[in-house]
Amino acid sequence: MKRALALSLILAFTVLFSFGAAAAANTLNGAGATFPYPVYSAWAYDYNKVTGVKLNYQSIGSGGGQRQITERTVDFGASDAPLDPAKLDELKLYQFPAVIGGVVPVVNIPGIKAGQLRLDAATLCKVLLGNIKYWDDGDLKALNRGLKLPHEEITVVHRSDGSGTTAIFTTYLSGAYPEWKDKVGSGKAVKWPTGIGGKGNEGVANYVKRVNNSIGYVEFAYAKQNKLAYVLLKNAAGNFVEPSFDNFKDAAATGDFDPDKNFYLWLTDAPGKNAWPIAGATFILLAREKTEANKRVVKFYDWAFKNGDATAEKLVYVPLPASLKDKIRAYWKDKGI
Amino acid sequence: MIEQLRVKFARRGQAFGLAPSFILPLKGKILKRALQMGIGPKKNTADILFYGLTALASFTVLMIILGVFFVLLKESALSIREFGVIRFISSTDWNPVTESFGAATNLFGTAVTTLLAMVMAIPVALGIAIFITEVAPSSLKGPVGAAIELLAAIPSIIYGMWGLFTLAPIMAEYIEPALQSTLGRVPLLGILFHGTPMGIDILTASVVLSIMIIPFTASISRDAFNLTPSVVKESAYALGATRWEVVKNVVVPYSKIGIFGGAVLSLGRALGETMAVAFVLGNNHQITSSLFDAAATITVTLANEFTEADTNLYLSSLFYLALLLFVLSFLTLAVAKFFMLRTERRHSR
Repeated sequence: MKRALALSLILAFTVLFSFGAAAAANTLNGAGATFPYPVYSAWAYDYNKVTGVKLNYQSIGSGGGQRQITERTVDFGASDAPLDPAKLDELKLYQFPAVIGGVVPVVNIPGIKAGQLRLDAATLCKVLLGNIKYWDDGDLKALNRGLKLPHEEITVVHRSDGSGTTAIFTTYLSGAYPEWKDKVGSGKAVKWPTGIGGKGNEGVANYVKRVNNSIGYVEFAYAKQNKLAYVLLKNAAGNFVEPSFDNFKDAAATGDFDPDKNFYLWLTDAPGKNAWPIAGATFILLAREKTEANKRVVKFYDWAFKNGDATAEKLVYVPLPASLKDKIRAYWKDKGI
Repeated sequence: MIEQLRVKFARRGQAFGLAPSFILPLKGKILKRALQMGIGPKKNTADILFYGLTALASFTVLMIILGVFFVLLKESALSIREFGVIRFISSTDWNPVTESFGAATNLFGTAVTTLLAMVMAIPVALGIAIFITEVAPSSLKGPVGAAIELLAAIPSIIYGMWGLFTLAPIMAEYIEPALQSTLGRVPLLGILFHGTPMGIDILTASVVLSIMIIPFTASISRDAFNLTPSVVKESAYALGATRWEVVKNVVVPYSKIGIFGGAVLSLGRALGETMAVAFVLGNNHQITSSLFDAAATITVTLANEFTEADTNLYLSSLFYLALLLFVLSFLTLAVAKFFMLRTERRHSR
């Protein structure tokens, strides 16, 4: 009886482990950012149909992705925030962008529709710092001649949870306005001087929709799908632009992604004529010594770059421009992947 | 005989891959108990094995608690070294950008929401328990009892989403303005109700939390009430006591310990509850006098910031918060248990 039990246990383990081994060759293990999770899994679904390779992606957050690839427990990590070249050398990682996303300030002011309110970085910072308290403030009026702004108190809505969206947004604000950099700084979670916090994009969107005279910021996809009243922002070239696919692509194409720096770049204030100023790539991290696994990961992304643009746009992600894709392919080749 | 059994035990332990040094310290109490139960070496060996295995299973709970404690301690070591204990507990600063962390705002939020939730939940829960056991006709007892237990089975994330999408707007538009224009006018009390009601604040979080813990308190109190011997109750009725008098003078005094136990369990639940409040508390690290302000509890901070904590000190400080919560829950429950045992002993005397 006991022997039979022991035998069956041993058998069970053998079977389990052999499955595990067989699965490893056909599975890519990744972990990290939650933001690109929908597009990675859509690509993986199509890729699996073509090649039979499965992608197992755990969307545990960028911080977790960085930790997992540092400890080499996954084939690739994914992070919304780029790691700087020194850090990559220290952790022995490669890095390349996979898809572009962006952040859009949205407002809820009765009588004002999407794309009507114009803001520049300095004014936006003053609002978020609490220095501008009412919508009919002089600075806002000067930017919006002809628009009737109410004398109502501004409610700022920000993220309550740590997020790549906040990192991109605060990096933009820090770069554009020194007072923001001194008082608040940039990061996935910052100490907000004013306002209320919503959890996730859905939390922020919910509060902006509900609270009159509020301003918040959400991911591009979220603003688009929920038809929130986005604002026009003044970009580095001095034009007021709206958040659209074309303007994000212009930002991606004119942003200085440098392969020699492992593409380290915060895609804010890109110089393009129509570039949306608050964009950011989400990145893939690879372990330098794991050539075999890297080849399989890169094969997947190469396929996705070729065949995945339509899928990405359908999910409201901005695909990389062709010039950047070429740079990434050259980077892979250069690193011997 | 004990010596014999001890050797046997150690051997059996080894058969399961356990070192004798692991088994032997266990020996004394388990073996004595085994002998008390009449399980001797002459008895069926399966009985001893069964006893050992179940004891081991219970022992794993202790091991897990200790394990959790040590992991929390190890992971928060960096932050403990950086901030110390007193400074961490008393600092109200929580700034990931400058990497300056303190737990005071989190402890404040945890204490206030838990306290408010208990204040709101316990009277309601007691009302429910009294209704079910003493007042309701028996045809109602079943359905109401089942409904209460169902309420306890709802996952807390559902409470959170409901709080965010349904309760928060109602609080912001009706309840909080009403409170502001009535209680808010009362001197001194008014400071609790100032500010713009947004519905994403301490009050809303406490309401959600109280709804969550009502079922626990109610069903444990109900069980306690049911333990009152009907002879005692019937005697009271025979003496001409009204239903209210029976509840007040017989049932409640009789089941004080049970009620207290229910309250303590819900306190534990409220202290550690995460998702139900994560959506409606706002995660603003501040100490505020107004119930209409956003705040942060330890659990809310963890839920909101753990995934994206990217520096070592940040992550370590979050573990430090978790450690504080662990110690806090442990102390609260230990103190409550201590009082419970004391009352129990006094009663039995």
